Amino acid sequence: MHPYLPHTEADIAAMLHSCGAETLDDLYADVPPSLRLKEPYRLPDAMSEPELERFFACIAHQNHERIIFAGGGFYHHYTPAAVTAMTSRSEFLTAYTPYQPEISQGTLQYIFEYQSMMCSLTGLDVSNASMYDGASATAEAMIMAVAVSRRKRRVLISATVAEAVAQVAATYAFGAGITLEVIPEHAGSTDRESLAQMLGAGDVAGVIVASPNRFGIIEDYSGLADMCHAAKSLLIMNCHASTLGVLRSPAEWGADIACGEAQSLGMPLNYGGPYLGYLCCTKSLMRKMPGRIVGATVDSEGRRAFVLTLQAREQHIRRQKATSNICSNQGIMTLHVAAYLSLMGAEGLRRVNELSYRAAHTLAERLCATGKVRMRYLDSPYLNEFVVETVEPLDADTMLGALDVEGILGGIRLSDNAVLIAATEMCSPADIERYVKTIEKL
Amino acid sequence: MKIYYLPSHEYIKVEDNIGLVGISVYAAKQLGTVTYVDMPEEGDDVEKEEVFGAVESRKAASDLFAPVSGEVLEVNEELADNPRLINNAPLETWIMKVKINDLSELDALMDEAAYAAYCEGLSH
Amino acid sequence: MNKRLYSNLIFELSQRGRRGYSLPDYNYACTSMNLPGSLLRAEAPELPEVDEPTVVRHYTNSSNNNFGVDTGFYPLGSCTMKYNPKINEAMVGRCGIANLHPSQSTASVQGALRVYRTLEQYLAEIGGMAEFTLNPFAGAHGEYCGLMVIKAYHLSRGDDARTKVIVPVSAHGTNPASAAMAGFEIVEVECLSDGTVDIDDFRSKLDDAVAAVMLTNPNTVGMFEKNIPQIAEAVHAAGALLYYDGANLNPMLGVARPGDMGFDVMHINLHKTFSTPHGGGGPGAGPVGVRKGLEAFLPNPRVVECADGTLDVADGEYGFGRLGAWLGNFAVYVKALAYILTMGPDGLGKVGPLATLNANYVMHALSDLYLQPIEGPCKHEFVFDGIRDKSTGVTTLNIAKALLDYDFHAPTIYFPLLFHESLMIEPTETESKETLDAFVDVMRKIAVDAVSEPDKVKGAPYTTPVTHPDEDEAALNPIVKFKDL
Repeated sequence: MHPYLPHTEADIAAMLHSCGAETLDDLYADVPPSLRLKEPYRLPDAMSEPELERFFACIAHQNHERIIFAGGGFYHHYTPAAVTAMTSRSEFLTAYTPYQPEISQGTLQYIFEYQSMMCSLTGLDVSNASMYDGASATAEAMIMAVAVSRRKRRVLISATVAEAVAQVAATYAFGAGITLEVIPEHAGSTDRESLAQMLGAGDVAGVIVASPNRFGIIEDYSGLADMCHAAKSLLIMNCHASTLGVLRSPAEWGADIACGEAQSLGMPLNYGGPYLGYLCCTKSLMRKMPGRIVGATVDSEGRRAFVLTLQAREQHIRRQKATSNICSNQGIMTLHVAAYLSLMGAEGLRRVNELSYRAAHTLAERLCATGKVRMRYLDSPYLNEFVVETVEPLDADTMLGALDVEGILGGIRLSDNAVLIAATEMCSPADIERYVKTIEKL
Repeated sequence: MKIYYLPSHEYIKVEDNIGLVGISVYAAKQLGTVTYVDMPEEGDDVEKEEVFGAVESRKAASDLFAPVSGEVLEVNEELADNPRLINNAPLETWIMKVKINDLSELDALMDEAAYAAYCEGLSH
Repeated sequence: MNKRLYSNLIFELSQRGRRGYSLPDYNYACTSMNLPGSLLRAEAPELPEVDEPTVVRHYTNSSNNNFGVDTGFYPLGSCTMKYNPKINEAMVGRCGIANLHPSQSTASVQGALRVYRTLEQYLAEIGGMAEFTLNPFAGAHGEYCGLMVIKAYHLSRGDDARTKVIVPVSAHGTNPASAAMAGFEIVEVECLSDGTVDIDDFRSKLDDAVAAVMLTNPNTVGMFEKNIPQIAEAVHAAGALLYYDGANLNPMLGVARPGDMGFDVMHINLHKTFSTPHGGGGPGAGPVGVRKGLEAFLPNPRVVECADGTLDVADGEYGFGRLGAWLGNFAVYVKALAYILTMGPDGLGKVGPLATLNANYVMHALSDLYLQPIEGPCKHEFVFDGIRDKSTGVTTLNIAKALLDYDFHAPTIYFPLLFHESLMIEPTETESKETLDAFVDVMRKIAVDAVSEPDKVKGAPYTTPVTHPDEDEAALNPIVKFKDL
């Protein structure tokens, strides 16, 4: 038999006998013969573990790591070894959703810690137990705003929100019959005058903005929350989680909902996932929040205990009337966040941001000094990501192509002559030197 | 004050053209400990047989249907802090006070005796 | 174990001045961060200050308060808690994706794209579908994706009048919730006493406003929908599409394919049927397959094959939209692919029959003491309506909690909603006869105790880290973060 299938032929015979069946086929007498599989699946023969290792080694051979100077929502930050060790513990990893709190205190406790930490970062009152990714979390925040408003079905999204996030929000809006309108940008920032006009037209349930935005710019959102609230609209902020270690928090800006990608909290890039979407809100919106929430209570002996709570919001109880269909979320990735932020603390997180800032600003300055590129948004403050425009005759493809040859992922191409470049603590001064030298030669 | 019921277990106690809307003793018992009441806002218009809120217990959620059309004059703010009041005294714990647009809408509702018989039928 | 020392919240183990991080001290030309004060937070976030050994002991001790498949038998109905092979985890580290960024050139990530494309093709073979996308992050996300494909299909034919989706009353809650998110109105169809679809009620609700019918087969009580060919025919005759909720695919492995049953669109829960760990709630993955003719509507981005045999990532012209920032929970695909490769066609072919054997074995061994509302044989799981002798008032909840004292995870309880005391057991194929016998012995003992010592059973569990948490209080006065305590 197979290593994961314990039954011997004798076991099968004995078990069939006690079921009153003669063959395994007897248990499928209700499946019409016309539907039965006629031959085995057309798949490769089973591999042993050594053969499987060879197979994936061959796959690895066709993957080529780069020195990463690209972000666009996903950043190459350091993953402490202890985080991986904790998320690999099979008592956590092989558990299901904590439906039985008595034997799931481990899972429930780390989710509670995760929620506490996300509330600290965003400044808001309540966090759920995660969404799939930053983009889908933003789409769910949009749906939540519509659910809170009861009647309004119009939501505004800034043109400075990352393209993929906006596309996911647009998909969900189309599905749910929500009108999603784009607020134009001006010089890389959300155009306030247009926003004022769009809000003035009434019926807006929510306004979605990003920080840092899709160009890496930290927009000044002073007065924005008041504008939204005067129009009885919610303010939704999409923020990269790591940057909340230093940047003004969504609560400080007056946001009602904060959402976004938590990958920047040291999650391995893994070619796109798994990451984690976070979602936080003010207490008054808690009952419309999608997803699971863990709460603290006491048990019958007065001990602290954690349980899934406010479940009446969720699909298994409310069915089609739930705010969301989400059931499985990103589970173990909340443990990643809890362990990462425990190890880093506020000080470590500040240092990660500071190193990223210094690396990015060093690179920007050195690149501009080559005369081959210039900053597109010269006066806009940024943390670890910025846009350069190539100076003719250089273009974005030539620039990125030359860097690729040097083993450097030089950024994300925005247009023929614009590149979005990011740096983190993983980019050493020598890496920056190599980047600059490559550009100088062009 | 006369009381009327909907098949979905909301009651409305009526005096002149003002109604107090809540959930019946039967519904409160079925639901278990009420943990949250989702209420409309003062000044909202509610439509007969449309959802105006919800009551939640730990493992159930029930939409609330308006027995009549009208304007919400007041909601029971006490329920925000103490939703269990509904379990203690459902008929005294109204959820919203509504100004009834058309009193004839009451004619289609069950009176106390009809509702008692209706609940009797449900438990069999 | 040092539970007393380390199992407090990590915040409570914090000491000012401690640190657990290790960061470089690079000498960049730019020496300090200089941003306008108005853009910075007023105060540092409140996070713990702890050293690395404390973090490790804290989570290690707290993991001892948890129960996973690696701990013991986990017969949680509808969740397919099978063993999660260790080699699959190891292969995530082996295949060189850890540091691949989504924006890398596709030439530099051919291995990763090969994992994606190969798994798509294998799932298509197993599901009997023409094409798959792996992008959806979880089962419910897959349902949503499938319904959006269906929506896009109808709209492409200029048919915008299909506003309804039919689901059985016994369906998972995600089915109606997903349909609502995709903008559909939900119509429920009744079940017969054996849990299968009431064909007459079904036909009466099928009209040209129906976009899709969502079914899981075997259904949520573990019974095969025998009439599936007739159902499929009726659905197609009405111009609607038939959707397969893959939550219950496991017993069909090696037996029958949803595509051959007449389903047009399906999702698969990789964290159920294909052995990837559930991680205490995720990450999962909910790939979606479609029959020929519907491929164009799958969401963006797509992994596509080029003429020269290489792979690329591109948006299709008719894709209904986008579900996530990139290609989904990528590392999960590596684990599922490793599972398929190590099982092979022979191993996979045994999964369904052995899962079904295990379920029937347990059902037969308990049905004299537990009320079996539906005649067998069942498929991968079955439902009891509580114990037979209900005279002492012992409920399904009591039985579930009593099991915890015997080191078994509880079955799924109070689902499906068809019965008052639903107790839903799914043993999966990776459990040995000895494990099942031990479980049966305990279940029998609890049923006997329920009559002879009901108070003892009602008071369970006794040996777990906490017992009888006050869930009403948790919902009445929510404490959802450390600062609320």
